[in-house]
Amino acid sequence: MIDFKLPSLGADMDEGTLLSWHVQPGDRVKRGQVVAVVDTSKAAVDVEIWNDGVVAELKVAPGEKVPVGTVLATLREVGEMTESGPARQTQPSPVITRHPVSPLARKRARELGIDPDAVSGTGAQGSVTLADVEAAAQVRPAVTGKPAEPAAVDRQKEMRRAIAAAMSRSKREIPHYYLSETIPMALALAWLQERNKDLPITERILPAALLIKAVALALQRTPQLNGFFRDGAFQPSSTVHAGVAISLRGGGLVAPAIHAVETLPLMEVMSTLGDLVRRARAGSLRSSEMSDPTITITNLGDQGAEAVFGVIYPPQVALVGFGSMALRPWVNSGKLHALPLLTATLAADHRVSDGHQGALFLVELRDLLQKPQTLAQACTTPEEPCRNPP
Amino acid sequence: MKPERQALMREIVTLLQAIAPELESDTLEPQRPLRQQLDLDSMDWLNFLVSLHQRFKVEIPESDYAQLVSLNDVGDYVSARLV
Repeated sequence: MIDFKLPSLGADMDEGTLLSWHVQPGDRVKRGQVVAVVDTSKAAVDVEIWNDGVVAELKVAPGEKVPVGTVLATLREVGEMTESGPARQTQPSPVITRHPVSPLARKRARELGIDPDAVSGTGAQGSVTLADVEAAAQVRPAVTGKPAEPAAVDRQKEMRRAIAAAMSRSKREIPHYYLSETIPMALALAWLQERNKDLPITERILPAALLIKAVALALQRTPQLNGFFRDGAFQPSSTVHAGVAISLRGGGLVAPAIHAVETLPLMEVMSTLGDLVRRARAGSLRSSEMSDPTITITNLGDQGAEAVFGVIYPPQVALVGFGSMALRPWVNSGKLHALPLLTATLAADHRVSDGHQGALFLVELRDLLQKPQTLAQACTTPEEPCRNPP
Repeated sequence: MKPERQALMREIVTLLQAIAPELESDTLEPQRPLRQQLDLDSMDWLNFLVSLHQRFKVEIPESDYAQLVSLNDVGDYVSARLV
């Protein structure tokens, strides 16, 4: 028998409320399948299962709030006998596709006492919007007469509390050091413009994807910045799961991961990023994306401030920040130029690395961004890295 | 406003709501820059343009991005390209 426990969905989450099950006892499940939806203080998360097997018993009922590590369900391994004979194999579990529900719609649904997953959605990809929830409430009057305000306030309060706990822990435990480097972006932007020129909109790449890919490649030289600090020791990660900070509408942020960025072609980094932003907004992130980023990247974008000095998300050991890109003065060969410049910063854990290594990382990052075609080089398997380490 | 234009604008607002769910159509100022009004980052904006492309089958070359600033701009751009 295998215990399926509520996984940690990040340092700022120590409990979750089970919203719904996608499986029943007797269903066969596959590794990676979404089996439940759990509400955290930040978003509803699709929880994936990490074993193949047959669901034996559901231990937690929808609506229950439980701490991380609680056994949610038990699984029998395929072929394991039960009192009533071998596990049901003829009927694979139906793949239930849950339409994404926007956080606002989910909140409103709770206020109105209706099940948002039962509402038919009219938004993008069938997503359930605020209007759908309101419409459903018109048809079926609310079953609970709870006042609307407290739920909204609670959600905001809970998210603030969760962020406060994680960030206080970070500042208490992690001796941060900070470095910054100005990066000329003219070559990278010119290359992107040329590349995107004749492509349909769905195949165009934004500078943000190039930056994420560049960070993953630069980390190959400084593995001290990529991994976890746990139980008093650094555990480097052999691959880069880049947590991308995405601010949520209405406040707060999440940093779900793009997995194994160093092995992904640039276009895939781009499409995964687009998908993550869409799903973060719609409130349908997956547990694996929430739990395992090995480094965080925050990009203030073109409407943001000039530089960002981040707070490391424990148990990670570094955070890379990008400020807004803008035309600024730059001196080259004794001449003054107006160039698009970007300030890249590094906040890193002094228990694991020193400023010298951090500086090497930023210099490598700057140099990589002067050779954008290197970043674009296709690379599909971990065995075939994009670039040989020097 | 002509009924066709009104319908088009309503559809554009629906696409925006997929990205900014809290958006109320009657508080949107059609002349003001959308990204600023709705706090949309570059990925949100691209997702919006992709949804325009998919819904109305219009091609939006990167060189035209600068023309698309306010809700009215988007309405003009799309209606000029609808067949």
